[in-house]
Amino acid sequence: MEKWYLMTAVVLLGLTVRWTVSLNSYSGAGKPPMFGDYEAQRHWQEITFNLPIKQWYFNSSDNNLQYWGLDYPPLTAYHSLLCAYVAQFINPDWIALHSSRGYESQAHKLFMRATVLIADLLIYIPAVVLHCCCLKEISTKKKIANALCILLYPGLILIDYGHFQYNSVSLGLALWGVLGVSCDWDLLGSLAFCLAVNYKQMELYHSLPFFCFLLGKCFKKGLKGKGFVLFVKLAGTVVASFTLCWLPFFTERAQALQVLRRLFPVDRGLFEDKVANIWCSVSVFLKIKDILPHHVQIIVSFCLTLLSLLPACVKLTLQPSPKGFRFTLVSCALSFFLFSFQVHEKSILLVSLPVCLVLSEIPFMSTWFLLVSTFSMLPLLLKDDLLMPSVVTTMAFFIACATSFSIFEKTSEEELRLKSFSVSVRKHLPRFTFLPRIIQHLFIISVITMVLLTLMTVTLDPPQKLPDLFSVLISTELTSANPPLLLRKTGPELTSVPIFLYFICGTPTTAWCAKRCHVRTQDSNWQTPGRQSRTYT
Amino acid sequence: MRIKWVECAALSVMAALSVMTGGGSWFLALALGVTLLKCLLIPTYHSTDFEVHRNWLAITHSLPISQWYYEATSEWTLDYPPFFAWFEYALSHVAKYFDQEMLNVHNLNYSSSRTLLFQRFSVIFTDALFVYAVHECCKCVDGKKACKELTEKPKFILSVLLLWNFGLLIVDHIHFQYNGFLFGLMLLSIARLFQKRHMEGAFLFAVLLHFKHIYLYVAPAYGIYLLRSYCFTANKPEPAASSLFPTLPFQEGPLSCILGSKLLGCVQCFGQSALRHRLLSVGKAGDASIFLILSTTGHYSLFPLLFTAPELPIKILLMLLFTIYSISSLKTLFRKEKPLFNWMETFYLLGLGPLEVFCEFVFPFTSWKLKYPFIPLLLTSVYCAVGITYAWFKLYVSVFTDPPVGKTKKQ
Repeated sequence: MEKWYLMTAVVLLGLTVRWTVSLNSYSGAGKPPMFGDYEAQRHWQEITFNLPIKQWYFNSSDNNLQYWGLDYPPLTAYHSLLCAYVAQFINPDWIALHSSRGYESQAHKLFMRATVLIADLLIYIPAVVLHCCCLKEISTKKKIANALCILLYPGLILIDYGHFQYNSVSLGLALWGVLGVSCDWDLLGSLAFCLAVNYKQMELYHSLPFFCFLLGKCFKKGLKGKGFVLFVKLAGTVVASFTLCWLPFFTERAQALQVLRRLFPVDRGLFEDKVANIWCSVSVFLKIKDILPHHVQIIVSFCLTLLSLLPACVKLTLQPSPKGFRFTLVSCALSFFLFSFQVHEKSILLVSLPVCLVLSEIPFMSTWFLLVSTFSMLPLLLKDDLLMPSVVTTMAFFIACATSFSIFEKTSEEELRLKSFSVSVRKHLPRFTFLPRIIQHLFIISVITMVLLTLMTVTLDPPQKLPDLFSVLISTELTSANPPLLLRKTGPELTSVPIFLYFICGTPTTAWCAKRCHVRTQDSNWQTPGRQSRTYT
Repeated sequence: MRIKWVECAALSVMAALSVMTGGGSWFLALALGVTLLKCLLIPTYHSTDFEVHRNWLAITHSLPISQWYYEATSEWTLDYPPFFAWFEYALSHVAKYFDQEMLNVHNLNYSSSRTLLFQRFSVIFTDALFVYAVHECCKCVDGKKACKELTEKPKFILSVLLLWNFGLLIVDHIHFQYNGFLFGLMLLSIARLFQKRHMEGAFLFAVLLHFKHIYLYVAPAYGIYLLRSYCFTANKPEPAASSLFPTLPFQEGPLSCILGSKLLGCVQCFGQSALRHRLLSVGKAGDASIFLILSTTGHYSLFPLLFTAPELPIKILLMLLFTIYSISSLKTLFRKEKPLFNWMETFYLLGLGPLEVFCEFVFPFTSWKLKYPFIPLLLTSVYCAVGITYAWFKLYVSVFTDPPVGKTKKQ
């Protein structure tokens, strides 16, 4: 492409920001006995290197599952094993069985950070660059600006390079999957996505749109002809990739079942810690966990999730298109995040990735969502001592988006993609022309609220009766900002109106109610051993 | 708690500024962007210069003026002119709100997190003068062709090359120094000279000399230029004056002279001296070529300053970023003229890659590391010296052979 040097500069800048963030602290630094996600990843290298595969997911004297037991699919384990081989070459003390527990040193930190950077450079960043280069109907300059904004998205940078995780691998593979199926390389795309699911099971949030899009393609080609052939090939690809990943665990039935039990711990309850979804927000007023029995919680959660994502998925199956696919990814991931079971705050990244993909189409809303999604992880980031990088990267992202897309100039109904919604409302309420203005004002209120909440969380102590006040407010902020995105994605007005009403009432009343109701949001379930600072994703 | 308030205040100011960029000002976006990058560099390695400036804060704050240049508790005695001492004195009045202990002369090598934050923020905020100066310099650069494409406008390229200068970022915001605002003063004085505001330019340069005397290197150029273009101008030729300055190419403008004399005098500041040449670089292809050789080599020569492992990716990434951008953008700007480099220059610049790989990744694992640990430094210095000397010669040749430019503003 012309101006390749600008794209190279953008990638180099993205890498620089990533590495400078990684100079800061990580999850659980210097906090024995459990430490945090950093120690979990180091521990998995220890386990996978020193123990045979059969023992990786089982409790034993050498592998105490209460201490950061493996709870991701096999591909994560293989990746940890690969890193372990390198670690062994550099310094075997880093992964010595038992004795390396809680190992921390500057050199080890450099090594771990380097593994994240390399994985990112090999998988996620090329996918982002390719996605931007393949965007249609926009200029080269806009493509490069798009790449800059996606690569500067703070949420992923802070979690991967700050807190410490490998989300760039699973999200990168999922993005390769999106690229593949959008460009009609269906088999490669579904292979990439299967690998993503086998890296982190949370990628299942994206599975329905993939399924519906590919099914829709098969229908379009005709189920009796090419469509059927494609269907069989896809099924074969999926089965083959899963088999390949799980092969060592198919030797015994108990192996496969144990892995599944580790991946889907349904005993852990509706939600854990403070997460910006419906259940946590509603529990401020209504203690659902106490009112509804466990199995009913699962059913309610399942039904609401299904209800909210069904319209978009059905539409995608009947009218498959790459654009519809991307929007459905957003919609489904958001539905899962808002209504699903055992959602953790880092799961917002699964929504953020598809939103990044639609950044060029609805820049204003996407930027708003991505800002709030980063903000929603603030309690976690503050715990890891990442205030400065959080604020700095958020501002950098905002500046990049504001300058690249001129977001404040693009807030008409047409540009916000709310035209069909507004038109249908105007059939009943002819004077409903003020939606863009409402949204602009809400954006300003949202930004001010985020800034104030950040300042308050950092400088003040919450009142004694409400120790989780700020975390809850932050969670509610995100939940309130979600519905505008759901509005256009789900399509039919049936599901959007009640959500819109929640949105209107949500932000101002939640803060007031939280104070008035003297609600404590701590729950005894959250103090399960081995789970203190270990959030699920 | 105090540290959080300060962080919040500083970041709130920047947040307000970043909201303003929603208006679409690319210059403000570039300035804020690099400022945010500087904030990300806060936790990086810092050299003994950090302790030097902490000591000077302590000296100027705790002692009477008569003692400032005698105090020798620390080995890093005050060795900059008085204006810099006053500058440190002013800073110390802000420093006391961060950490009173840093202002104790006997607290040698004191570097609490609050001290670090204050020092780093002081460099970042004083860079505001540099940003202003760059803005003024951009006004002096006219695009000869009307460019609709923002990224191809000389103003844009110049702003990036100045604001995102690799040398400044590495030396000021990692190694730790206060060159940003000093270069701001110098650029401002040059901009004033370009704008024919000679008295202001001269005044600013005089002020600059009292901040850091190393700028004496360029004083001859300033002196002669001012004499020629302000005191004895071409419109009113004085017989005595014209015999004194018969053939010197001062019509070229202040920059060539400044660069020439700077190169002559300054062996260590190569990376920084390239700054002055940026203003020329967006004017002519030949100058752009000299600038690129000078800046790339000069920047690479700064590598030994950052020898710690965590900073290795930063220096390589930023160097690549700056080099690729500067070469490509100037190539695009001058694509209708002859190629910027000949084959010899291209090979020389490309040779920096293998040199870095050898010094940083191969040599540490060889048996020579213990016996001859200075080899990477030696190779770097010699290789860069070749390039810089070559650039100097090429500059002098171009200054003497190119036809004189009538109006310096057009450059």
